[in-house]
This record gives sequence, C-alpha cells and structure tokens, in this order.
Amino acid sequence: MAVIPVSRKPLTLLERTYLPQIAGGLKTTLKHFFAPKDTMEYPEERPAIPAGYRGVPTLVFDPHGREKCVSCQLCEFVCPPKAIRITPGEIAADAPTAHVEKAPKEFEIDMLRCIYCGLCQEVCPEEAIWLQNVYTTSGYSRAELVNNKQKLYELGGTLPDTHFKWDKKKAAEEGGNAH
Amino acid sequence: MPTEYTFPDTAAKNATGEFETEKMSLSMGPSHPSTHGVLRLQLELDGEMVTKCDPVLGYLHRGDEKIAENMTYNQFVPYTDRLDYLAPLANNVAYAIAVERLAKLEMPPRCQAIRVIICEMARISAHLLGLGAYGIDVGAWSIFLYTFTEREKLYKLFEELTGARFTTSYTRIGGLQRDVPEGWTAKVDAFCDQFLPILDEILSLLTRNKIFMDRTVDVGIISKADAIAYGLTGPNLRGSGVPLDLRKDKPYSGYEQYEFDVPVGAKGDCYDRYLCRGEEMKQSVRILKQAIAKFPGGDWYAKDAKKIFAPPKDKILTSMEELIQNFMLVTEGPQMPAGEVYFEAENPKGALGFFIVSKGGGVPYRLKIRAPSFCNLSILPKVCVGSLVSDVVSILGSLDFVMGEADR
Repeated sequence: MAVIPVSRKPLTLLERTYLPQIAGGLKTTLKHFFAPKDTMEYPEERPAIPAGYRGVPTLVFDPHGREKCVSCQLCEFVCPPKAIRITPGEIAADAPTAHVEKAPKEFEIDMLRCIYCGLCQEVCPEEAIWLQNVYTTSGYSRAELVNNKQKLYELGGTLPDTHFKWDKKKAAEEGGNAH
Repeated sequence: MPTEYTFPDTAAKNATGEFETEKMSLSMGPSHPSTHGVLRLQLELDGEMVTKCDPVLGYLHRGDEKIAENMTYNQFVPYTDRLDYLAPLANNVAYAIAVERLAKLEMPPRCQAIRVIICEMARISAHLLGLGAYGIDVGAWSIFLYTFTEREKLYKLFEELTGARFTTSYTRIGGLQRDVPEGWTAKVDAFCDQFLPILDEILSLLTRNKIFMDRTVDVGIISKADAIAYGLTGPNLRGSGVPLDLRKDKPYSGYEQYEFDVPVGAKGDCYDRYLCRGEEMKQSVRILKQAIAKFPGGDWYAKDAKKIFAPPKDKILTSMEELIQNFMLVTEGPQMPAGEVYFEAENPKGALGFFIVSKGGGVPYRLKIRAPSFCNLSILPKVCVGSLVSDVVSILGSLDFVMGEADR
C-alpha cells in the first residue's frame, strides 16, 4: 500500500514575518479581481438547464391530444414522501379513446412534499408523468402549492411519443387481432 | 496546548493559595456558525479554558432507519441523499452496493467505473466544502469563495448526470438511474485538468500561512491510540497517522484497479487533518483520470437481475411481460434473499456502513446506518478538554462532520 506522509516543515524565518503570505494572498485576490466573474445576475440571467433535469413534475398529453395517464397509481405508490394523490376515473364510452378505459378523475401533487426524486417518472408505464425544467415553485398558501390535474397539464403540455401504444392497440383490435 | 495563566492580583487568591473562579456553563449551538449544522456543545468553562465538553445530538433526527423499514429498497435511495448531504452520490453508491452484496449481485465494469467516478467527484466536492468552511471558521474568508467556484463546476456535472444538483438519488439497486450522457466523461476530464492548479492555489493560501498555522498546529491533537479507540475513520483517522482506507483495504466497485496513495498525518492535530484532505483531493483527481482513461463500454446495470432491476423503458411500453415485471418490481420491491449483510464504503467523512437484515422480499427488516460523522464526534469530549473556546471552533472545523448524517 502506498502511504504518503503529508509534509509539514517548520516555517522559515521569512515566512514567520507574515510577509510572503500577505503578498501571495494579495496576488491571488488581484488575479480573481481581474478574472471573468463566476457569478450570475440571477433572476435576469438564468442558468442553462441540461436535458433530463428533474424539476417540477407534470402530466402530459400525447401528440394526438389524449391524456396519457391511465391512473394506474404506480407513481402514487412509489412516491417516497407520498406527495401524489390520484382519484381514478372512467373514460366515457362514447369518447374516441374509450378503449383506454381509465383516466384520472383527480390528480394532485403536493409541491410542499415533493422531493423531485424522479421515481414517479421512472416507474410510469405510460410515460405520462414527466419532471420538467421549472425549478422555482412559490405560492402564498399551502393550498396554492397543491398542483391539481388542470395545473399539472398546463405545466406539462404535449410531449412527443415514439410508441403510440393505445393507437396501435385500437388498430389491432379493429383488425381482429387484439392480443 | 493549554496555556498557563498567571494572575497578577495575589489578593484574589483563596486560603489554599489557589485562584478560585466559578465554572461557567456555555451552550455552543445548536445554531452557531462553527458547529456546521445543529450540533450543540454543552461546555463547562474555566475562564477561556474548556474543562468539560458534552456534545448534544439529535436536533436533526428524522428516523431514517425506521423509515427504511417501511419502504422498498429503491424508495430509500432518496433518503440516503440526506445523510451526508455534502456527498450524496457517495451515499447512494454505498447504499446500493450494500444491498447488492445482500443479493450477491456483481455489477458490470461500466457501472462500477461510473460509481468510482461519482464517488471521487463527491469526495472532491465534500472536501472542498470542508476546506472552505474551515477557512471561514479560522478567519480566512476568500478560501470559501474559491472552493465554491470549483464546487459549482462539479454541481453542473452532477446536474447533467443525474438531473439534480444536490439530492442526486442516482443509484438503483442493481444499477443506476441512467447511463452517463454523451460527452460527460470528457467534461469531467477537463474539470480535472483545470482543477489541480486551482487547488494548489487555494491550498497555498493556507498551508504555509502563519495565521492559519497558529490556529491549527498542535491544536486538537488526537493520538493514534485514541483515534482507533474512538472509532474514528476517514481523514480524521488518517490525520492521526493510521493508514486505513477502505478503498485500499477492502476494495469495492473495482477500486483495486486504480493507483492512488493514502496520505497520513504525523501528529494528529488540526493541521494534519487539513493537510490530509488537501492531498486526498489530489489523489481523487488521479483516480478520476485513470477511471476516465479506461472507461469501459457495455451494460450500466445488471441485466440478468430481472427481479431486482427494472426492465428498459421502451420494453415496458411495448411488451406485456416487461410491463407486469415493472409493476411487480415497484410494488413488491427488488427481491432480496433472507440474510444479513454489513458493508462499509470509504466516504469523504469516513466509513459509511449499512447493516441490513432481510427476511426476504423487497423491504428491509432492519437497516442500520453507521454514520462516520457520528462516530467522529464521539472524540469531542476528549479532545476539547484543556483547549480554549476559540480552539474548539478550530477542532470542530477540522473534524469536518455533517449533522444530517450524525443525527440521521
């Protein structure tokens, strides 16, 4: 095993006068004084958010405008701080997406409890819940910080879909090939 | 060193010739800038001299160990972020490896390399904060600004990798949350290159600084025997001259492949602990450089562990079998055999251990966390006695503890 003792030599006479350190410290300070600044004028300037950032959790529509959540309640189950509350509901039989059968009647995420861990997005079997870029959530009351279904869809919007699994399912059913 | 006082006024002495003063009791903390969180020290003072020091803990107790018994193994990962919250990635890795040891699961090389990289980045980030805060404790303000500038660069990299700057929750049992993004390792490499000269500059502000040395040299000496007896780990133990580093002694996650040195101190005073941390950051950069140079391809999660790690997302969306598997994994938890396991990892603050008792299934029966900061704090009653109040600040800073972990 390579073990290296850290070196600690006694100070030289010159170093004991404080002078070299003061000079060195001033040099460093001056260097940083003229260097480009490391800070940012925050609310006016905003940092770039990388892809895959875990900001506010939202619900999304697919490109055809169907709400993707089928209220399976897996995110509600996995959420470590229990911030999600879902009330499942039925899709009306005469709706074009009636074969999806279920959609959330109520979907609430308590932003005072949410810890932005991203487990809900990770477990979602429909890619319906996404953590998006917004990282500043504020409000004047506790009730205001519980995002309801409408607010969640407003925040989420529409995201591209690569699978369209329910459209495929419908096409298969109509083609007499349900399974 | 205790200072000898002489009292000029002989009339104030009592009959036995001793100068008698009343002991004063002083509560330092729980909100005190030098106690780095919510530690409270119940000090008994004789003038400026500490005659007794009682650390009072528990102000940040959240019952993490009990919480763990009520959730699946993966759900507990976000809670490990909040142990040593200055190095959440290192905690994530230690926890994941502990549970994987229980399942006797080997990680593929790529996953191991990613874990080594994030552990070492977490170490640099934690030591930078420890250094900056120590600088403030002993009156050197600018160190903090420079170390935080470097930490910000690391946080940007964490953000890109995990999606969060602070509470990373990056590991999963049997793998990771996701693979490294394209070009990320090159960015880490670039960080390492520019970091070493800056680190030297930061350290040069303190290492030969007489003011800093007056505050730290021969202050808070912990002997080798004491350090071992009190169960110290990490830089605090190595500062006392004991070359114990779990990355060398019990390598995990492929640490045996990397070349690095273990810095040890000679005296065990605050200055030695500071020097060890400075050198450790340089060694971490060495490990990072090697890990990136031979960064392996292949899988980043255990593909065979179908009852532990979730199937890929596009499979969940298209195949019924994977969909059911996903539901089972989330609701039942990663399936572990019955048994018990203890695993310790070398974290920035010392050896973070997880002791897990499993009765099978996806939820631990008991999960015990051996927090390095908690054990390191146990030496305070010994080391603070006989020092001045201002030295207590210096000692606390040099022990570099995190209350999130001590109280857990």
